[in-house]
Amino acid sequence: MNKPIFQISPGFEEIMPPEYRDLVANGPYGKGFGVGDLGAYKELVEEHPLCAGCGLALSIRLALASLPNPEDTVVVGSTGCSSLVFPQVALHNIHSLFGNQNAVASGLKRALKLRFPDKEKDVVVIAGDGATADIGLDMVMQSWFRRERITTIMLDNEAYANTGGQESGMSRQGTVLNMAPTGKKFPKASIPEVAQAAGCAYVAATSPAHPKKLEKAVRRAVLIAREVGPTYIQLLSPCPTNYKFKPHETIPLIKQREKEGTFQNQEYISEEAQRFLDSLEEARKK
Amino acid sequence: MSRQQIADPQHLLFEAPRHQSFITGSEAVAEAVKRANVDMAIAYPITPQSESMHLVGELYEQGYIKDFYRAENEFAVMAAIHGASLGGGRVFTATSGPGTLRAMEMFPVWAGARQPIVCAFMCRGVSLPPSIQPENIEMGMLLDTGMLMLHAEDGQDFHDMILKGFVVAEQPDVHLPVGVFVDGFFATHTKDRVMLPPADLKLPPYDPRSAPVPTFDMETPPMRVTRDPLLNKSNFISGSANASWHQEILAAAERSRRHLRKCLGGLLEVQNPGAKIMIVASGTAVSQSREALRLLRAEGMEVGLIKIKSIRPFPEAELAEATDHADLIVVPEFNAGGWLGREVKAALDNNRRVISAPRIFGGMSMPPGLIVETIKGAMGTKKRTAAGV
Repeated sequence: MNKPIFQISPGFEEIMPPEYRDLVANGPYGKGFGVGDLGAYKELVEEHPLCAGCGLALSIRLALASLPNPEDTVVVGSTGCSSLVFPQVALHNIHSLFGNQNAVASGLKRALKLRFPDKEKDVVVIAGDGATADIGLDMVMQSWFRRERITTIMLDNEAYANTGGQESGMSRQGTVLNMAPTGKKFPKASIPEVAQAAGCAYVAATSPAHPKKLEKAVRRAVLIAREVGPTYIQLLSPCPTNYKFKPHETIPLIKQREKEGTFQNQEYISEEAQRFLDSLEEARKK
Repeated sequence: MSRQQIADPQHLLFEAPRHQSFITGSEAVAEAVKRANVDMAIAYPITPQSESMHLVGELYEQGYIKDFYRAENEFAVMAAIHGASLGGGRVFTATSGPGTLRAMEMFPVWAGARQPIVCAFMCRGVSLPPSIQPENIEMGMLLDTGMLMLHAEDGQDFHDMILKGFVVAEQPDVHLPVGVFVDGFFATHTKDRVMLPPADLKLPPYDPRSAPVPTFDMETPPMRVTRDPLLNKSNFISGSANASWHQEILAAAERSRRHLRKCLGGLLEVQNPGAKIMIVASGTAVSQSREALRLLRAEGMEVGLIKIKSIRPFPEAELAEATDHADLIVVPEFNAGGWLGREVKAALDNNRRVISAPRIFGGMSMPPGLIVETIKGAMGTKKRTAAGV
């Protein structure tokens, strides 16, 4: 981003909404903030309309705070609960249809590469489990096959939450949900394995229960996508509304899932991606 | 690749000396794209479109296009083209029949996002029993997607309408997608004389800053495009916002008429304007109607022909004027639904004058004799009705 471009023209300060003025004065563009700085600056996401205790809201907030270069990041979303948040996010973001997010991101990334050959423009897909693992899976995988230089983040709440709590490919076997009246009949899809097989250079599964881990995963994923190849992150983001637990139980629930072994934090780094990370580390030491 | 100079569109389209070539419609597509300064094209194979996108791929290999790839299906093609256009690129793609329907969900999104995408449609049959044969029923299904729709008669039209399509689509007061349609095979796989502008000239690059909507590149303010999600608002607020946005899309299509008239020399073209019997047609049905006119003239009958070039926007006023004096209006077309007949009937007073026939579908060419028979049959009916038989 050409730095002054989001600033308000003199004389117009008063008619701009207060949160935009706050963004100009205290926003994160070009500051290199991380999740440790949350609370000390104006976040990219303005107050959001999601339910109390929403795992998605936590994941989005942390993921946006972890972006290495928010000032040059364009987000592609998809239909679902998360699409209600993105209009209030101070990054250019696209929501066109349900499931086409990785195809849109492929075209977008290539066009930005043509228009800004000397500048890194990060394209990050942030979409739900239905959009990623069900309706959009072919386009998600095809973008990985083509080795598109984009990061894909799945917000996994294990259901179609925005349409009233239906079974998704990411729901666990046996779970009773709408459209699964007798319980889901097949297991949760293992998209991290799919991502690895489909050519992702970096794959991680984590959750907002571990903000630092989440931050590290997002930073690595975005940086590796620039230089090496496609990257994938899956964030377990439980849904209190449809899974009927109390809003303050979201994080304890994730920890309980870790304890009982029904959710595991994972990280896969391809050899090439590892070499790239090592080179970054070398450069940092110098 | 020969080095190309940027030319003023007026010069490239109308003034630069053209040379005659003898090429297929698919080649005419590539010749247009070659001069259109396209940033990116994305392709997916389908008959009868594939040949043109092979040639567009070769343009990429030769350096005329900056990026090109084969995508996974037509919905993904149209989605990726949408993404590339949102990122500020000038884009081109093409499809046919079932591919059009596979991608259908994207077309209103292009218009809704006010994107100057140019897409060629090489129309063909879409349903069981399977057919790869020419038929343009898909046009009837796209009439209300918000895109501008031009119907090419032959290779010359196809070439010119694609090139002109970019110019019209990118006007700041239009900024809508343009679909350029031809009847597959008839116009794509037959060779024809096409007058081509010089190959060393190309359109000026697309400037996304001229768009009426911001480009998604984090370089175009505001960084926060909307303040709140429309979906979360009351039905009244959300309804009003959506309605006003859609009204503006319709208004932009209306504003395109001025540019289309300039570029195409009119939204329709009339031959034998004074005749009491008028044929109204678009696409290759126009060529077949020209032949019918010749046959009828040999029998001493004067019949007129109206070629509709722009289907969206539809030339209602021009058509009403051109048919005001007519007693009989015959609309031959290449599909079972008769969408052009419906459009014509909806635009005219006293539409009992309109015979929505013949309709040819399933892959046959349209025998001019059938148009002649339809006219004679309708005249016979008229005489019998007048005589009280």
